Amino acid sequence: MPHIQLPEGLPGIRGPMAFRPETSKPLNELVEVLLRGPSTLTPGERELIATYVSTQNDCYYCQTIHGAIAAAHLDGNEELVRAVKRDFLHAEISEKLRALLTIAGKVQKGGKNVSSQDVAHARELGATDLEIHDTVLIAAVFCMCNRYVDGLATWAPDDPELYRQRGKMVARDGYVAANLKNLSPATHDLVSK
Amino acid sequence: MPHIQLPEGIPGIASGFAYRPETAKPMRDLAHVLLFEPGNTGSLTSGERELIATYVSSRNDCYFCQTSHGAVAAHHLDGDEELVLQVKRDFLNSPISAKLKALLAIAGAVQQGGKQVTFEHIAEARRHGAGDLEIHDTVLIAAAFCMYNRYVDGLATWQPEDAGMYRKMGEQLATSGYAR
Repeated sequence: MPHIQLPEGLPGIRGPMAFRPETSKPLNELVEVLLRGPSTLTPGERELIATYVSTQNDCYYCQTIHGAIAAAHLDGNEELVRAVKRDFLHAEISEKLRALLTIAGKVQKGGKNVSSQDVAHARELGATDLEIHDTVLIAAVFCMCNRYVDGLATWAPDDPELYRQRGKMVARDGYVAANLKNLSPATHDLVSK
Repeated sequence: MPHIQLPEGIPGIASGFAYRPETAKPMRDLAHVLLFEPGNTGSLTSGERELIATYVSSRNDCYFCQTSHGAVAAHHLDGDEELVLQVKRDFLNSPISAKLKALLAIAGAVQQGGKQVTFEHIAEARRHGAGDLEIHDTVLIAAAFCMYNRYVDGLATWQPEDAGMYRKMGEQLATSGYAR
């Protein structure tokens, strides 16, 4: 049972998002820019970073839904998502993404863990400043979202098919549009302003 | 030296904000709602909210965030810098309300990881009068500072040690808020 009374039937972060539209607006705008905005990293790569960090934080809802969104961006390749979560150094991803995942893993433990060598290594493999910036921020953002979801003890369904369907929808429509469906018509107007 | 080429002469998170305005805007807006203008449903004062932010930042060992938000908190609290230091050092024995102590215990648990928040933490906060919205905002402030702190230190931003600069920043943020 959640620690506070959240709107029923909305799993994971969607419960608190509907509970507090004033904070859900910037939260959704932030993930929209970071995970779907113009970038030299593909949406699939960025969702893999989000999924990996959520796994390291042991957040079931976030790792499952972002894993499903990643898979939707990656032609439905759920096995690749699992491989990245399990052992990204041996997953079939680019060397550059491996170096960025290493940085993300350091951020998950604490910002000061990111070393100049981690960054230099990512650069040697072609990562740009903006890609490094966004990797650090995606990892930091999921250290927030994971704590938000688990810190309120939100409800998460088990059925993988629910995540698969929602993952396809978010991959297609984005976070801001998907979140509007969480809300009542009155709060919908408030948030869409 | 920062890990990436950030605009020079801008301290801490402001350099990340200047580097990437697209992500800066929602990050500022979030801080603005959580700390400055929580809406008429928010019964925690800005001073209390800033103390939670400061405490979490000090637990995450983020110099820039704990110092700047400590300065904002002090400005909201009639310049009481000693109280801010006490909360950072040992909030259980600081002269704050029992409710805020219970909320800081929740924030400290969130800093360790979301699953560390227990029903006992929540029950204790409720016993001292905390409502759902205060508990929600406490969890999200603590979670948000686990983000801001990692952003600031994960990029190795420039964090000058200049008490006067932070005091000025504290006054400005306490007066005008975070949104631009």
